[in-house]
Amino acid sequence: MTLLARHAENLFWIGRLVERAETVARLFEVGSRNALIPNTSGGFRNEWESVLQASGTAGRFEEKYGDDVRERNVESFLFFDSDNPSSVASCVESARENARIVRTSLTSQTWDALNNAHQEMRELKRTERSKLSMNDLIDWTLRTAALIRGTIEDTQLRIDGYDFLNIGTYLERADSTARLLDVKYFVLLPQVDFVGTGLDNYQWRTILRALSAHRAFNWAYGGEVTAMKIADFLILNRKAPRSLITCAEEACWHLDRLARGYGTTTEAQTQARSLVAKLSEITVDDIFDEGLHEFLSRSINEIAGLSAVISEVYLIGEAR
Amino acid sequence: MVEKPIYFNEMGMDGAVRPPYAGLDSWAADMPDEFRNTKQSEAEALFRRIGITFAVYGEGGDPDRLIPFDMFPRIFAANEWRKLDRGVKQRAKALNAFLMDVYGRGEIVKAGKIPGRLVYQNEAYEKSVVGIKPPRGVYSHIVGIDLVRTGPDEFFVLEDNCRTPSGVSYMLENREIMMRMFPQLFRENRIAPVENYPAQLKRTLASVAPEKCDGEPTIAILTPGHFNSAYYEHSFLADMMGVALVEGQDLFVKGDFCYMRTTEGPKKVDVIYRRIDDAFIDPLCFRPESMLGVPGLMNVYRSGGVAIASAPGAGVADDKAIYTFVPDMIRFYLGEEPILNNVPTWQCSKGDDMKYVTENLAELVVKEVHGSGGYGMLVGPRSTKEQIEAFRAKIENDPSNYIAQPTLALSTCPTFVEEGIAPRHVDLRPYCLVGENIELVPGGLTRVALTEGSLVVNSSQGGGVKDTWVMAE
Repeated sequence: MTLLARHAENLFWIGRLVERAETVARLFEVGSRNALIPNTSGGFRNEWESVLQASGTAGRFEEKYGDDVRERNVESFLFFDSDNPSSVASCVESARENARIVRTSLTSQTWDALNNAHQEMRELKRTERSKLSMNDLIDWTLRTAALIRGTIEDTQLRIDGYDFLNIGTYLERADSTARLLDVKYFVLLPQVDFVGTGLDNYQWRTILRALSAHRAFNWAYGGEVTAMKIADFLILNRKAPRSLITCAEEACWHLDRLARGYGTTTEAQTQARSLVAKLSEITVDDIFDEGLHEFLSRSINEIAGLSAVISEVYLIGEAR
Repeated sequence: MVEKPIYFNEMGMDGAVRPPYAGLDSWAADMPDEFRNTKQSEAEALFRRIGITFAVYGEGGDPDRLIPFDMFPRIFAANEWRKLDRGVKQRAKALNAFLMDVYGRGEIVKAGKIPGRLVYQNEAYEKSVVGIKPPRGVYSHIVGIDLVRTGPDEFFVLEDNCRTPSGVSYMLENREIMMRMFPQLFRENRIAPVENYPAQLKRTLASVAPEKCDGEPTIAILTPGHFNSAYYEHSFLADMMGVALVEGQDLFVKGDFCYMRTTEGPKKVDVIYRRIDDAFIDPLCFRPESMLGVPGLMNVYRSGGVAIASAPGAGVADDKAIYTFVPDMIRFYLGEEPILNNVPTWQCSKGDDMKYVTENLAELVVKEVHGSGGYGMLVGPRSTKEQIEAFRAKIENDPSNYIAQPTLALSTCPTFVEEGIAPRHVDLRPYCLVGENIELVPGGLTRVALTEGSLVVNSSQGGGVKDTWVMAE
């Protein structure tokens, strides 16, 4: 059956929003673990501020809370605030609203998972805050996202709608891995001398933890944790499920499926392949030569560019 | 002398249980409170999970409100249903004949059976479709007939819905949920299935594809969007039929046809089941400010490039002023006697009727001619003197805006209430499909007034719904 362009956009956004909710929870975990490091040496930026920077919501937070960057405020803002379009609550609610619109393209299991997430979020919002632990909220979010992705993977027909769900997921994931890595940049920015010290490694490890990858990392690399190894793992390693290259390849794979199904290749496939090609050729030395922050910013822009092309080609419904 | 009960209780009077309900007597009576509460919350959880919720216009509050579901089914015996089946189909046929006629030669007006001004000056009469003969001569493809029962063999038609009657998703989901919660009831009783409805609807829509369409027609449901309170139903039907669910922005007109925007570019649409009002279908033809419709769609429709169900203009047949004449239509077009009766109706625009109405307000139900949803009506016997006088002033101010009917003794059906099981008033809306064939699934939507003594069953006024059973022959 043909897929409405508008509905393809809804599916694309369901993928993105679920992944975004998860990223926010993961960022939150990074922040809360970083906050446990004794803050003796001074000169560090507030750990929470770096989390807000990485989630792209620092400006909005400041409007609301000024410079009162306390854990409790950040928690409200990142989890529950409906004025923050990237909060877990906003993501869950608008993913469910998108799902309601494309109810017909979802299996009842996928709908159930999204709708239940919405109902449970309503419950959480009504619960007294002192009764909610931050860890429970993080766990809830990761579990919910995994459940939704599981139902998509296990029950959705392998048709174009499935590809749009996945393209949304992987583009968002690529973007979020880049942003999570970038948190590191904001944390260390004022004190470049810390690179390579014990503290530095502790914070790098936290990022691995937040990506549920610290054991996978040990398995893949072994030995000392270094910035180079972690960057290699999270950017260039095809075995890492959230690395930039894995995400780019998955998105590319789903775009190629679309092209085969529709019988036409478009600018979207061309751009996706070129992104994969660039990531395949670059080395971790090249990345650090360019500067990690510079490389990550450039990657974030390229992912946004690909997203815009996909929208132009598939989500508007003009004749091609 | 035994006092005669005022209302017909469908379960039975004076302790005797009528045959169709025989299987349920002990089921309900023996149900422990705790079990009943568990089942009730199970039902609610299921409705929420499916996402059937209902937003009441202009009420604010919880946008995900559920229509209360009562677990006690409403039951018809096979022979009772046979009569309803014939009566509803007869009426749907006559209403369509009327629509073809009044947008054509107007024989019924010429014959003096219906005053021309009620037809041609009617707000719902659509001049832009005069002379159009839709495929198979059908204007109203889905006819919802609202019925009430007042005795073992007495049924009255309260109103006809020829445009886009809603609620059929409740008929289907109520059944799904009952089968899931009480499978043994369905093993013990032979209940006719309703699950064919979506397939029949799809067949009906396909059968009215325009002649210009060759091959399998592409069908789409046109919805005002996901903020509409009936959006669930629109998406449910699209899903069950396997057709696209489009909004106005997804459609556009090019040349002689209408297309939808897909991920593969434009695709021609042949049949549109629209769930928006006439006035919003095409901003070039009707309301220029409408964002819901498709500019130029009416031109495509007029030139036979697309079929629209229900056809624009169908609303003139279900107008409350026209309603009075439906029995005459049946005699005029079909040469048959009406199987289902109308409720006697007084038109306040007529001097004699107006006099009768104002003298008997305390006994009557008075409705606005174009009102719906149970708003703007007076139920005389249940109103205070002040309310009646206030309403009298409204009627006298604009008589032609009101009609009056006797307060019907709506039948009751056993219903689960706080204190146990008690009779509550019910009505019925079956959904008749008109295309190549006329079809009626054995069932419909039973609405129940949950407040003791209340006769208003509208969901916007605290009404609930029940599963409606027709016993198999």
